[in-house]
Amino acid sequence: MFIVATLALLITMVLTLFRALMGPTIFDRILAVNSFGTKTVLLIAVYGFLTGRPDFVDIALVYALINYIGTIAVLKFFEYDDLGSDAYQEDDF
Amino acid sequence: MFAWLIWLVSWGLIAVGCVFIVSGAIGLIRMPDLYTRLHAASVTDTGGAIFIVLGLTLQAFFVFDNPMAGIKVVLVLFFTLFTAPTASHALAKTALLSGHVPTDGEGKPILDSPETAQRLAKSRPEK
Repeated sequence: MFIVATLALLITMVLTLFRALMGPTIFDRILAVNSFGTKTVLLIAVYGFLTGRPDFVDIALVYALINYIGTIAVLKFFEYDDLGSDAYQEDDF
Repeated sequence: MFAWLIWLVSWGLIAVGCVFIVSGAIGLIRMPDLYTRLHAASVTDTGGAIFIVLGLTLQAFFVFDNPMAGIKVVLVLFFTLFTAPTASHALAKTALLSGHVPTDGEGKPILDSPETAQRLAKSRPEK
């Protein structure tokens, strides 16, 4: 059962990487990398249960949060050309 | 009687989660436009994550007798369900702000120009 889930996750990760390579715009690539990250979270959790060591879930937990922060950092850098910029106060609130 | 029921239910949940993940990934490939791919990607984030994590918690509580792992898997789901929609929203807003015009199935742009896309993305009207 876990093997089925692991294989499904691996196949979909290949598909997501394919979208990352093929994606015309940069946003497709960011989306594909973000989706790849969430699939990695699920893969770590499922693989932990597959090998009978359910304490892998801590790694999946940390990975889920870091993946989110990475995506938001890339988006902010892309939108404001500067990670530390405070320009967003004018047009976003 | 109880054990095989748990195995059956968790098998079913994880199988449904796999269906969601595979359909999301196929949608990510075949969808014509960025914004439709956003939807396809979030299908895997929400649908796949929910069912797989439910299956894992059942396994963690009853088969592995490790309730802490079950609670942590539910925590993973909790954070994923918060962060995935926010990331998708931020991505769509950034794309719209930079003038990426959404197109329909045949590739015909829906908005007439990138400027209208940027105007739509700004939450506050121009002063």
